[in-house]
Amino acid sequence: MIPNLGMKRANINTAVSFVLLVGLSAAFILPLFWMITTSLKPIDQLLLDPPVWIPSPLEFDNYPVALEEQPFLQYLGNSLQIGVAAVIGALISNSLVAYGFSRVEWKGRDAVFVLVLSTLMLPYHVVMIPLFVTFSKIGWVNTWLPLIVPAWLGHPFFIFMLRQFMLGIPKELSEATRIDGGSEWILLTRVILPLCKPALATVALFQFIWSWNDFIGPLIYLNERSLYPMSLGLALYHNSQGITDFSILMAASTMAVAPIIIIFFFMQRVFIQGISLTGLKG
Amino acid sequence: MLTPRDRRELRKLGVGLVFISPWIVGFLALNLYPILASFYYSLTRYSPISSPRFIGFFNYEKLLYFDPLFIKALTNTLYFVVFAVPLGNMLALALAVLLNQKVKGLSLFRTLFYLPSILPLVATSIVWTWLLHPQYGAVSVIMAELGLPVISWFSDPQWAKPALIMMSMWGTGWMMLIYLAALQDVPQELYDVASLDGASLWRKFRHVTVPMISPIILFNTIVGLIGAFQYFTEAYVITEGGPGDATLFYSLYLFQNAFAYFKMGYASAMAWLLFLVILILTFFIFRSSAKRVYYHGN
Repeated sequence: MIPNLGMKRANINTAVSFVLLVGLSAAFILPLFWMITTSLKPIDQLLLDPPVWIPSPLEFDNYPVALEEQPFLQYLGNSLQIGVAAVIGALISNSLVAYGFSRVEWKGRDAVFVLVLSTLMLPYHVVMIPLFVTFSKIGWVNTWLPLIVPAWLGHPFFIFMLRQFMLGIPKELSEATRIDGGSEWILLTRVILPLCKPALATVALFQFIWSWNDFIGPLIYLNERSLYPMSLGLALYHNSQGITDFSILMAASTMAVAPIIIIFFFMQRVFIQGISLTGLKG
Repeated sequence: MLTPRDRRELRKLGVGLVFISPWIVGFLALNLYPILASFYYSLTRYSPISSPRFIGFFNYEKLLYFDPLFIKALTNTLYFVVFAVPLGNMLALALAVLLNQKVKGLSLFRTLFYLPSILPLVATSIVWTWLLHPQYGAVSVIMAELGLPVISWFSDPQWAKPALIMMSMWGTGWMMLIYLAALQDVPQELYDVASLDGASLWRKFRHVTVPMISPIILFNTIVGLIGAFQYFTEAYVITEGGPGDATLFYSLYLFQNAFAYFKMGYASAMAWLLFLVILILTFFIFRSSAKRVYYHGN
Protein backbone atom coordinates (compact mmCIF):
# COMPACT_ATOMS: atom_id res chain seq x y z
CA MET A 1 0.00 0.00 0.00
CA ILE A 2 2.67 2.47 1.02
CA PRO A 3 4.73 2.23 -2.19
CA ASN A 4 1.49 2.74 -4.14
CA LEU A 5 0.67 5.89 -2.25
CA GLY A 6 4.21 7.10 -2.79
CA MET A 7 3.90 6.40 -6.48
CA LYS A 8 0.69 8.41 -6.72
CA ARG A 9 2.21 11.32 -4.90
CA ALA A 10 5.28 11.19 -7.18
CA ASN A 11 2.99 11.35 -10.20
CA ILE A 12 1.18 14.36 -8.81
CA ASN A 13 4.49 16.08 -8.13
CA THR A 14 5.66 15.43 -11.65
CA ALA A 15 2.40 16.74 -13.08
CA VAL A 16 2.49 19.91 -10.98
CA SER A 17 6.14 20.45 -11.92
CA PHE A 18 5.29 20.02 -15.56
CA VAL A 19 2.51 22.61 -15.45
CA LEU A 20 4.74 25.09 -13.63
CA LEU A 21 7.53 24.51 -16.13
CA VAL A 22 5.23 25.15 -19.07
CA GLY A 23 4.11 28.44 -17.53
CA LEU A 24 7.64 29.55 -16.70
CA SER A 25 9.04 28.63 -20.09
CA ALA A 26 6.28 30.69 -21.72
CA ALA A 27 7.54 33.66 -19.69
CA PHE A 28 11.15 32.90 -20.64
CA ILE A 29 10.40 32.58 -24.34
CA LEU A 30 8.23 35.73 -24.52
CA PRO A 31 11.10 38.23 -25.11
CA LEU A 32 12.52 36.18 -27.97
CA PHE A 33 9.09 35.53 -29.45
CA TRP A 34 8.34 39.25 -29.26
CA MET A 35 11.69 40.03 -30.91
CA ILE A 36 11.12 37.70 -33.85
CA THR A 37 7.47 38.58 -34.51
CA THR A 38 8.24 42.29 -34.28
CA SER A 39 11.08 41.85 -36.76
CA LEU A 40 8.50 40.49 -39.21
CA LYS A 41 5.86 43.18 -38.72
CA PRO A 42 4.96 45.63 -41.47
CA ILE A 43 5.11 49.18 -40.12
CA ASP A 44 1.33 49.57 -39.95
CA GLN A 45 1.03 46.58 -37.60
CA LEU A 46 3.79 47.70 -35.25
CA LEU A 47 1.79 50.07 -33.06
CA LEU A 48 -1.65 48.50 -32.83
CA ASP A 49 -3.75 48.26 -29.71
CA PRO A 50 -4.41 45.40 -29.06
CA PRO A 51 -1.16 44.22 -30.64
CA VAL A 52 -0.81 41.71 -33.42
CA TRP A 53 1.01 38.72 -31.96
CA ILE A 54 1.73 37.07 -35.28
CA PRO A 55 1.77 39.56 -38.16
CA SER A 56 0.18 38.79 -41.47
CA PRO A 57 1.56 39.12 -44.01
CA LEU A 58 5.08 38.53 -42.69
CA GLU A 59 7.31 41.45 -43.65
CA PHE A 60 10.73 39.98 -44.43
CA ASP A 61 11.83 43.29 -45.95
CA ASN A 62 12.75 44.59 -42.47
CA TYR A 63 15.97 42.61 -42.74
CA PRO A 64 17.28 44.14 -45.98
CA VAL A 65 16.20 47.57 -44.67
CA ALA A 66 18.22 47.00 -41.48
CA LEU A 67 21.23 46.03 -43.57
CA GLU A 68 20.89 49.27 -45.52
CA GLU A 69 20.70 51.36 -42.35
CA GLN A 70 23.96 50.02 -40.94
CA PRO A 71 26.69 47.70 -42.29
CA PHE A 72 25.46 44.89 -40.02
CA LEU A 73 26.93 42.20 -42.27
CA GLN A 74 30.34 43.76 -41.83
CA TYR A 75 29.79 43.95 -38.05
CA LEU A 76 28.85 40.26 -38.05
CA GLY A 77 31.96 39.45 -40.07
CA ASN A 78 34.12 41.41 -37.64
CA SER A 79 32.58 39.61 -34.65
CA LEU A 80 33.25 36.30 -36.35
CA GLN A 81 36.91 37.13 -37.03
CA ILE A 82 37.54 38.38 -33.50
CA GLY A 83 35.77 35.33 -32.09
CA VAL A 84 37.73 32.82 -34.16
CA ALA A 85 41.08 34.47 -33.37
CA ALA A 86 40.26 34.45 -29.66
CA VAL A 87 39.10 30.81 -29.78
CA ILE A 88 42.35 29.65 -31.41
CA GLY A 89 44.35 31.45 -28.74
CA ALA A 90 42.20 30.12 -25.93
CA LEU A 91 42.58 26.53 -27.14
CA ILE A 92 46.37 26.73 -27.41
CA SER A 93 47.14 28.71 -24.26
CA ASN A 94 44.72 27.00 -21.91
CA SER A 95 45.82 23.53 -23.05
CA LEU A 96 49.46 24.36 -22.33
CA VAL A 97 48.78 25.98 -18.97
CA ALA A 98 46.36 23.29 -17.79
CA TYR A 99 48.92 20.64 -18.75
CA GLY A 100 51.53 22.41 -16.63
CA PHE A 101 49.12 22.45 -13.70
CA SER A 102 48.03 18.82 -13.95
CA ARG A 103 50.41 16.47 -15.75
CA VAL A 104 53.78 17.84 -14.67
CA GLU A 105 54.70 17.67 -10.98
CA TRP A 106 56.71 20.63 -9.78
CA LYS A 107 57.32 22.31 -6.49
CA GLY A 108 54.82 24.99 -5.57
CA ARG A 109 52.40 23.98 -8.31
CA ASP A 110 49.28 23.87 -6.20
CA ALA A 111 50.07 27.15 -4.45
CA VAL A 112 50.43 28.88 -7.82
CA PHE A 113 47.18 27.29 -8.92
CA VAL A 114 45.37 28.96 -6.01
CA LEU A 115 46.72 32.24 -7.37
CA VAL A 116 45.24 31.39 -10.78
CA LEU A 117 41.82 30.86 -9.23
CA SER A 118 42.02 33.98 -7.09
CA THR A 119 42.29 36.17 -10.18
CA LEU A 120 38.69 35.17 -10.97
CA MET A 121 37.62 37.53 -8.20
CA LEU A 122 39.32 40.55 -9.71
CA PRO A 123 36.76 43.01 -11.10
CA TYR A 124 37.48 44.05 -14.69
CA HIS A 125 37.18 47.70 -13.70
CA VAL A 126 40.33 47.54 -11.59
CA VAL A 127 42.49 46.59 -14.56
CA MET A 128 40.49 48.44 -17.22
CA ILE A 129 42.15 51.86 -16.95
CA PRO A 130 45.84 50.78 -16.74
CA LEU A 131 45.24 48.34 -19.59
CA PHE A 132 43.74 51.12 -21.67
CA VAL A 133 46.71 53.37 -20.91
CA THR A 134 49.20 50.62 -21.80
CA PHE A 135 47.41 49.57 -24.96
CA SER A 136 47.19 53.19 -26.14
CA LYS A 137 50.91 53.65 -25.56
CA ILE A 138 51.78 50.66 -27.75
CA GLY A 139 49.34 51.73 -30.44
CA TRP A 140 46.74 49.02 -29.98
CA VAL A 141 43.78 51.37 -29.69
CA ASN A 142 41.53 51.10 -32.72
CA THR A 143 42.78 47.58 -33.43
CA TRP A 144 41.32 44.21 -32.45
CA LEU A 145 44.46 43.25 -30.53
CA PRO A 146 43.16 44.24 -27.06
CA LEU A 147 40.15 42.01 -27.71
CA ILE A 148 42.15 39.02 -28.99
CA VAL A 149 45.57 38.91 -27.30
CA PRO A 150 44.29 38.41 -23.71
CA ALA A 151 42.56 35.23 -24.87
CA TRP A 152 46.00 33.92 -25.95
CA LEU A 153 47.25 34.20 -22.35
CA GLY A 154 44.84 31.79 -20.69
CA HIS A 155 41.73 32.31 -18.58
CA PRO A 156 41.38 30.96 -15.01
CA PHE A 157 37.98 29.43 -15.73
CA PHE A 158 39.28 27.44 -18.72
CA ILE A 159 42.54 26.52 -16.99
CA PHE A 160 40.53 25.16 -14.09
CA MET A 161 38.19 23.17 -16.31
CA LEU A 162 40.91 21.63 -18.48
CA ARG A 163 43.05 20.90 -15.44
CA GLN A 164 40.20 19.00 -13.77
CA PHE A 165 39.74 17.03 -16.96
CA MET A 166 43.44 16.25 -17.36
CA LEU A 167 43.74 15.17 -13.72
CA GLY A 168 41.13 12.52 -14.49
CA ILE A 169 43.37 10.83 -17.07
CA PRO A 170 45.37 7.94 -15.50
CA LYS A 171 49.03 8.75 -14.74
CA GLU A 172 50.16 5.42 -16.21
CA LEU A 173 49.40 6.75 -19.69
CA SER A 174 52.06 9.43 -19.26
CA GLU A 175 54.58 7.06 -17.70
CA ALA A 176 54.32 4.67 -20.63
CA THR A 177 55.01 7.42 -23.17
CA ARG A 178 57.90 8.81 -21.10
CA ILE A 179 59.51 5.36 -20.90
CA ASP A 180 59.23 5.09 -24.69
CA GLY A 181 61.30 8.28 -24.83
CA GLY A 182 58.47 10.62 -25.80
CA SER A 183 58.87 14.27 -24.81
CA GLU A 184 56.27 16.19 -22.83
CA TRP A 185 55.28 17.94 -26.05
CA ILE A 186 54.50 14.65 -27.78
CA LEU A 187 52.69 13.49 -24.67
CA LEU A 188 50.50 16.60 -24.69
CA THR A 189 49.71 16.68 -28.40
CA ARG A 190 49.44 12.95 -29.14
CA VAL A 191 48.10 11.48 -25.91
CA ILE A 192 46.45 14.02 -23.61
CA LEU A 193 44.77 16.50 -25.94
CA PRO A 194 42.99 13.86 -28.04
CA LEU A 195 41.43 12.63 -24.80
CA CYS A 196 40.33 16.16 -23.87
CA LYS A 197 38.18 16.81 -26.92
CA PRO A 198 34.91 17.39 -25.01
CA ALA A 199 36.60 19.84 -22.64
CA LEU A 200 38.32 21.62 -25.53
CA ALA A 201 35.02 21.94 -27.36
CA THR A 202 33.57 23.60 -24.26
CA VAL A 203 36.49 26.04 -24.12
CA ALA A 204 36.03 26.92 -27.79
CA LEU A 205 32.30 27.49 -27.43
CA PHE A 206 32.47 29.57 -24.27
CA GLN A 207 35.31 31.70 -25.63
CA PHE A 208 33.41 32.30 -28.85
CA ILE A 209 30.29 33.36 -26.96
CA TRP A 210 32.27 35.64 -24.65
CA SER A 211 33.99 37.31 -27.58
CA TRP A 212 30.75 37.61 -29.52
CA ASN A 213 28.91 39.14 -26.56
CA ASP A 214 31.73 41.38 -25.31
CA PHE A 215 30.61 44.99 -25.27
CA ILE A 216 32.75 47.05 -22.92
CA GLY A 217 35.99 45.97 -24.65
CA PRO A 218 34.99 47.14 -28.13
CA LEU A 219 33.35 50.22 -26.60
CA ILE A 220 36.63 51.29 -25.03
CA TYR A 221 39.06 50.34 -27.76
CA LEU A 222 37.33 50.84 -31.11
CA ASN A 223 36.27 54.12 -32.63
CA GLU A 224 36.29 53.32 -36.32
CA ARG A 225 33.05 51.97 -37.63
CA SER A 226 34.68 49.54 -40.06
CA LEU A 227 36.18 47.70 -37.07
CA TYR A 228 32.99 47.44 -34.97
CA PRO A 229 31.77 44.03 -33.92
CA MET A 230 28.04 43.38 -33.88
CA SER A 231 27.57 44.24 -30.18
CA LEU A 232 29.03 47.72 -30.52
CA GLY A 233 27.46 48.47 -33.90
CA LEU A 234 24.04 47.49 -32.62
CA ALA A 235 24.33 49.47 -29.37
CA LEU A 236 25.48 52.67 -31.08
CA TYR A 237 22.77 52.33 -33.70
CA HIS A 238 20.17 51.88 -30.96
CA ASN A 239 21.41 54.81 -28.85
CA SER A 240 21.69 57.13 -31.86
CA GLN A 241 18.00 56.68 -32.67
CA GLY A 242 15.37 58.80 -30.96
CA ILE A 243 12.00 57.28 -31.66
CA THR A 244 12.91 54.23 -33.60
CA ASP A 245 11.27 51.85 -35.96
CA PHE A 246 11.31 48.88 -33.64
CA SER A 247 10.76 46.32 -36.38
CA ILE A 248 14.11 47.33 -37.92
CA LEU A 249 15.82 47.22 -34.51
CA MET A 250 14.33 43.81 -33.79
CA ALA A 251 15.51 42.53 -37.17
CA ALA A 252 19.03 43.69 -36.33
CA SER A 253 18.81 42.17 -32.83
CA THR A 254 17.65 38.88 -34.34
CA MET A 255 20.73 38.90 -36.58
CA ALA A 256 22.97 39.44 -33.52
CA VAL A 257 21.29 36.67 -31.54
CA ALA A 258 20.79 34.10 -34.30
CA PRO A 259 24.40 32.84 -34.60
CA ILE A 260 24.52 32.09 -30.88
CA ILE A 261 21.17 30.29 -30.96
CA ILE A 262 22.23 28.22 -33.97
CA ILE A 263 25.56 27.26 -32.40
CA PHE A 264 23.79 26.45 -29.15
CA PHE A 265 21.30 24.11 -30.77
CA PHE A 266 24.01 22.21 -32.61
CA MET A 267 26.36 21.98 -29.64
CA GLN A 268 23.89 21.72 -26.78
CA ARG A 269 25.41 18.57 -25.34
CA VAL A 270 28.84 20.15 -25.16
CA PHE A 271 27.42 23.16 -23.32
CA ILE A 272 25.64 21.11 -20.72
CA GLN A 273 28.72 18.91 -20.31
CA GLY A 274 30.87 21.98 -19.87
CA ILE A 275 28.99 22.97 -16.75
CA SER A 276 29.38 19.53 -15.18
CA LEU A 277 33.01 19.31 -16.33
CA THR A 278 33.98 22.33 -14.29
CA GLY A 279 33.91 19.99 -11.32
CA LEU A 280 31.54 22.33 -9.56
CA LYS A 281 29.83 19.30 -8.20
CA GLY A 282 31.94 19.40 -5.06
CA MET B 1 76.68 20.22 -5.68
CA LEU B 2 73.22 19.27 -6.86
CA THR B 3 72.24 15.70 -6.29
CA PRO B 4 70.65 13.89 -9.25
CA ARG B 5 67.39 14.13 -7.35
CA ASP B 6 67.65 17.92 -7.08
CA ARG B 7 68.45 18.05 -10.73
CA ARG B 8 65.36 16.06 -11.59
CA GLU B 9 63.24 18.36 -9.43
CA LEU B 10 64.72 21.43 -11.10
CA ARG B 11 64.08 20.00 -14.53
CA LYS B 12 60.45 19.33 -13.63
CA LEU B 13 60.10 22.85 -12.28
CA GLY B 14 61.48 24.20 -15.54
CA VAL B 15 59.12 22.10 -17.63
CA GLY B 16 56.16 23.15 -15.49
CA LEU B 17 57.01 26.84 -15.76
CA VAL B 18 57.43 26.60 -19.53
CA PHE B 19 53.98 25.10 -19.87
CA ILE B 20 52.30 27.70 -17.67
CA SER B 21 54.30 30.57 -19.20
CA PRO B 22 51.31 31.99 -21.14
CA TRP B 23 49.49 32.36 -17.84
CA ILE B 24 52.56 33.92 -16.17
CA VAL B 25 52.78 36.55 -18.91
CA GLY B 26 49.04 37.16 -18.65
CA PHE B 27 49.14 37.38 -14.88
CA LEU B 28 51.96 39.92 -14.89
CA ALA B 29 50.71 42.03 -17.79
CA LEU B 30 46.93 41.77 -17.43
CA ASN B 31 46.52 41.42 -13.65
CA LEU B 32 49.45 42.29 -11.43
CA TYR B 33 50.82 45.34 -13.22
CA PRO B 34 47.35 46.85 -13.83
CA ILE B 35 46.33 46.32 -10.17
CA LEU B 36 49.40 48.17 -8.95
CA ALA B 37 49.18 50.85 -11.63
CA SER B 38 45.52 51.35 -10.87
CA PHE B 39 46.30 51.91 -7.19
CA TYR B 40 49.00 54.42 -8.14
CA TYR B 41 46.65 56.23 -10.53
CA SER B 42 44.04 56.38 -7.78
CA LEU B 43 46.45 58.60 -5.84
CA THR B 44 46.91 61.01 -8.73
CA ARG B 45 45.11 63.52 -10.87
CA TYR B 46 45.42 61.96 -14.30
CA SER B 47 43.94 62.70 -17.69
CA PRO B 48 45.27 60.96 -20.78
CA ILE B 49 46.78 64.19 -22.13
CA SER B 50 48.87 64.98 -19.04
CA SER B 51 51.02 62.73 -16.90
CA PRO B 52 49.74 61.60 -13.46
CA ARG B 53 50.21 64.14 -10.65
CA PHE B 54 50.38 62.76 -7.11
CA ILE B 55 47.64 64.08 -4.82
CA GLY B 56 47.56 61.49 -2.02
CA PHE B 57 44.14 60.23 -0.95
CA PHE B 58 42.29 63.27 -2.27
CA ASN B 59 40.28 61.23 -4.82
CA TYR B 60 39.02 58.91 -2.10
CA GLU B 61 38.06 61.81 0.14
CA LYS B 62 36.25 63.53 -2.68
CA LEU B 63 34.37 60.34 -3.58
CA LEU B 64 33.23 59.61 -0.05
CA TYR B 65 32.45 63.13 1.14
CA PHE B 66 31.87 65.44 -1.78
CA ASP B 67 30.37 63.49 -4.67
CA PRO B 68 26.60 62.97 -4.35
CA LEU B 69 26.58 61.16 -7.72
CA PHE B 70 29.03 58.61 -6.36
CA ILE B 71 26.77 57.95 -3.37
CA LYS B 72 23.82 57.70 -5.74
CA ALA B 73 25.69 55.20 -7.93
CA LEU B 74 26.70 53.19 -4.89
CA THR B 75 23.18 53.01 -3.46
CA ASN B 76 21.72 52.15 -6.88
CA THR B 77 24.22 49.31 -7.15
CA LEU B 78 23.53 48.05 -3.63
CA TYR B 79 19.79 48.11 -4.39
CA PHE B 80 20.43 46.06 -7.50
CA VAL B 81 22.75 43.60 -5.73
CA VAL B 82 20.42 43.12 -2.75
CA PHE B 83 17.47 42.17 -4.95
CA ALA B 84 18.95 40.71 -8.12
CA VAL B 85 21.39 38.25 -6.52
CA PRO B 86 18.99 36.49 -4.10
CA LEU B 87 16.04 36.59 -6.51
CA GLY B 88 18.12 35.25 -9.40
CA ASN B 89 19.51 32.55 -7.13
CA MET B 90 16.09 31.50 -5.87
CA LEU B 91 14.58 31.41 -9.33
CA ALA B 92 17.53 29.37 -10.62
CA LEU B 93 17.20 26.90 -7.76
CA ALA B 94 13.43 26.65 -8.19
CA LEU B 95 13.81 25.94 -11.90
CA ALA B 96 16.48 23.33 -11.23
CA VAL B 97 14.32 21.59 -8.61
CA LEU B 98 11.38 21.50 -11.01
CA LEU B 99 13.57 20.13 -13.80
CA ASN B 100 14.93 17.50 -11.44
CA GLN B 101 11.45 15.91 -11.02
CA LYS B 102 12.10 13.68 -14.04
CA VAL B 103 9.53 15.57 -16.11
CA LYS B 104 8.90 14.96 -19.79
CA GLY B 105 10.73 17.27 -22.17
CA LEU B 106 13.52 17.97 -19.72
CA SER B 107 16.08 18.91 -22.37
CA LEU B 108 13.69 21.29 -24.12
CA PHE B 109 12.85 23.12 -20.87
CA ARG B 110 16.50 23.22 -19.90
CA THR B 111 17.36 24.79 -23.26
CA LEU B 112 14.63 27.42 -22.95
CA PHE B 113 15.75 28.50 -19.49
CA TYR B 114 19.47 28.42 -20.25
CA LEU B 115 19.47 30.12 -23.64
CA PRO B 116 18.76 33.73 -22.53
CA SER B 117 21.85 33.71 -20.31
CA ILE B 118 24.24 33.22 -23.23
CA LEU B 119 22.69 35.68 -25.69
CA PRO B 120 24.47 38.98 -26.43
CA LEU B 121 23.39 41.49 -23.79
CA VAL B 122 23.30 44.39 -26.23
CA ALA B 123 20.70 42.62 -28.35
CA THR B 124 18.62 41.38 -25.42
CA SER B 125 18.73 44.84 -23.84
CA ILE B 126 17.23 46.36 -26.96
CA VAL B 127 14.63 43.59 -27.03
CA TRP B 128 13.66 44.35 -23.41
CA THR B 129 13.38 48.06 -24.17
CA TRP B 130 10.71 47.14 -26.66
CA LEU B 131 9.21 44.35 -24.55
CA LEU B 132 8.61 46.81 -21.68
CA HIS B 133 7.57 49.72 -23.88
CA PRO B 134 4.84 51.39 -21.79
CA GLN B 135 2.33 51.51 -24.61
CA TYR B 136 3.09 48.84 -27.16
CA GLY B 137 5.35 46.38 -25.33
CA ALA B 138 4.13 42.82 -24.87
CA VAL B 139 4.38 42.98 -21.08
CA SER B 140 2.34 46.18 -20.85
CA VAL B 141 -0.28 44.74 -23.16
CA ILE B 142 -0.57 41.56 -21.09
CA MET B 143 -0.73 43.54 -17.85
CA ALA B 144 -3.45 45.81 -19.24
CA GLU B 145 -5.33 42.70 -20.34
CA LEU B 146 -5.16 41.42 -16.75
CA GLY B 147 -6.42 44.75 -15.43
CA LEU B 148 -3.09 45.69 -13.87
CA PRO B 149 -1.92 49.32 -13.81
CA VAL B 150 0.22 50.63 -16.66
CA ILE B 151 3.86 51.01 -15.69
CA SER B 152 6.41 53.07 -17.61
CA TRP B 153 9.23 50.74 -16.52
CA PHE B 154 12.48 52.14 -17.92
CA SER B 155 11.25 55.74 -18.05
CA ASP B 156 9.93 55.77 -14.46
CA PRO B 157 12.64 56.39 -11.81
CA GLN B 158 10.75 54.14 -9.41
CA TRP B 159 10.39 51.22 -11.79
CA ALA B 160 13.60 51.36 -13.84
CA LYS B 161 15.64 49.33 -11.34
CA PRO B 162 12.94 46.67 -10.75
CA ALA B 163 12.67 46.35 -14.53
CA LEU B 164 16.41 45.73 -14.82
CA ILE B 165 16.24 43.23 -11.94
CA MET B 166 13.44 41.41 -13.75
CA MET B 167 15.57 41.32 -16.88
CA SER B 168 18.55 39.98 -14.94
CA MET B 169 16.37 37.16 -13.57
CA TRP B 170 15.60 36.20 -17.15
CA GLY B 171 19.35 35.62 -17.55
CA THR B 172 19.70 33.28 -14.58
CA GLY B 173 19.87 30.11 -16.68
CA TRP B 174 23.58 29.47 -16.21
CA MET B 175 23.00 29.32 -12.45
CA MET B 176 20.11 26.93 -12.95
CA LEU B 177 22.36 24.61 -14.93
CA ILE B 178 24.93 24.54 -12.14
CA TYR B 179 22.19 23.82 -9.59
CA LEU B 180 20.77 21.08 -11.77
CA ALA B 181 24.16 19.34 -12.00
CA ALA B 182 24.48 19.58 -8.21
CA LEU B 183 20.95 18.26 -7.58
CA GLN B 184 21.59 15.24 -9.76
CA ASP B 185 24.51 14.39 -7.48
CA VAL B 186 22.45 14.25 -4.28
CA PRO B 187 22.15 10.54 -3.42
CA GLN B 188 18.58 9.23 -3.87
CA GLU B 189 18.94 7.15 -0.66
CA LEU B 190 18.83 10.32 1.43
CA TYR B 191 15.41 11.18 0.01
CA ASP B 192 14.23 7.60 0.44
CA VAL B 193 15.19 7.62 4.09
CA ALA B 194 13.48 10.97 4.57
CA SER B 195 10.33 9.59 2.90
CA LEU B 196 10.29 6.62 5.27
CA ASP B 197 10.38 9.12 8.13
CA GLY B 198 7.33 10.76 6.58
CA ALA B 199 9.10 14.00 5.71
CA SER B 200 7.11 16.48 3.63
CA LEU B 201 8.42 17.84 0.34
CA TRP B 202 9.42 21.09 1.98
CA ARG B 203 11.25 19.33 4.81
CA LYS B 204 13.13 17.17 2.31
CA PHE B 205 14.11 20.28 0.41
CA ARG B 206 15.11 22.11 3.56
CA HIS B 207 16.95 19.29 5.32
CA VAL B 208 18.32 17.16 2.49
CA THR B 209 18.61 19.22 -0.68
CA VAL B 210 19.80 22.54 0.74
CA PRO B 211 22.59 21.11 2.96
CA MET B 212 23.78 18.79 0.21
CA ILE B 213 24.09 21.58 -2.36
CA SER B 214 25.17 24.31 0.07
CA PRO B 215 28.69 24.67 -1.44
CA ILE B 216 27.04 25.38 -4.79
CA ILE B 217 24.68 27.93 -3.25
CA LEU B 218 27.72 29.67 -1.80
CA PHE B 219 29.54 29.53 -5.14
CA ASN B 220 26.59 30.93 -7.11
CA THR B 221 26.03 33.66 -4.54
CA ILE B 222 29.61 34.86 -4.72
CA VAL B 223 29.88 34.67 -8.50
CA GLY B 224 26.49 36.39 -8.78
CA LEU B 225 27.59 39.08 -6.36
CA ILE B 226 30.83 39.86 -8.19
CA GLY B 227 28.91 40.04 -11.46
CA ALA B 228 26.14 42.23 -10.05
CA PHE B 229 28.62 44.78 -8.69
CA GLN B 230 29.99 45.17 -12.22
CA TYR B 231 26.55 45.52 -13.85
CA PHE B 232 27.08 47.71 -16.90
CA THR B 233 25.88 46.79 -20.38
CA GLU B 234 22.11 46.80 -19.81
CA ALA B 235 22.22 50.16 -18.04
CA TYR B 236 24.43 51.62 -20.76
CA VAL B 237 22.22 50.42 -23.61
CA ILE B 238 18.72 50.73 -22.16
CA THR B 239 18.68 53.71 -19.83
CA GLU B 240 22.10 55.38 -20.10
CA GLY B 241 21.86 55.98 -16.35
CA GLY B 242 18.46 57.64 -16.44
CA PRO B 243 15.76 58.51 -15.71
CA GLY B 244 17.08 61.02 -13.17
CA ASP B 245 20.15 58.92 -12.35
CA ALA B 246 17.90 56.08 -11.16
CA THR B 247 20.04 53.56 -13.05
CA LEU B 248 23.38 55.27 -12.69
CA PHE B 249 25.18 52.16 -11.48
CA TYR B 250 28.68 52.02 -10.07
CA SER B 251 30.33 50.67 -13.22
CA LEU B 252 28.50 53.10 -15.44
CA TYR B 253 29.61 56.10 -13.38
CA LEU B 254 33.15 54.72 -13.26
CA PHE B 255 33.13 54.32 -17.03
CA GLN B 256 31.82 57.87 -17.52
CA ASN B 257 34.53 59.28 -15.27
CA ALA B 258 37.26 57.40 -17.11
CA PHE B 259 36.16 57.68 -20.73
CA ALA B 260 33.75 60.61 -20.93
CA TYR B 261 35.29 63.08 -18.43
CA PHE B 262 38.81 61.57 -18.70
CA LYS B 263 39.29 61.59 -14.94
CA MET B 264 41.45 58.47 -14.93
CA GLY B 265 42.76 58.95 -11.40
CA TYR B 266 39.31 59.51 -9.97
CA ALA B 267 37.92 56.49 -11.82
CA SER B 268 40.83 54.36 -10.57
CA ALA B 269 39.96 55.31 -6.99
CA MET B 270 36.40 54.17 -7.70
CA ALA B 271 37.71 50.89 -9.08
CA TRP B 272 39.79 50.29 -5.97
CA LEU B 273 36.89 51.03 -3.65
CA LEU B 274 34.80 48.55 -5.63
CA PHE B 275 37.55 45.97 -5.33
CA LEU B 276 37.68 46.47 -1.55
CA VAL B 277 33.90 46.22 -1.18
CA ILE B 278 33.85 42.97 -3.15
CA LEU B 279 36.76 41.50 -1.18
CA ILE B 280 35.26 42.40 2.19
CA LEU B 281 31.80 41.13 1.28
CA THR B 282 33.18 37.87 -0.09
CA PHE B 283 35.25 37.41 3.04
CA PHE B 284 32.22 37.93 5.29
CA ILE B 285 30.05 35.62 3.26
CA PHE B 286 32.69 32.90 3.49
CA ARG B 287 33.11 33.48 7.21
CA SER B 288 29.43 33.56 8.05
CA SER B 289 28.61 30.55 5.87
CA ALA B 290 31.45 28.39 7.21
CA LYS B 291 29.19 26.65 9.69
CA ARG B 292 26.28 26.29 7.32
CA VAL B 293 28.06 24.93 4.27
CA TYR B 294 28.42 21.18 4.19
CA TYR B 295 31.21 19.65 2.14
CA HIS B 296 30.61 15.97 1.64
CA GLY B 297 33.47 13.73 0.61
CA ASN B 298 36.38 15.77 1.88
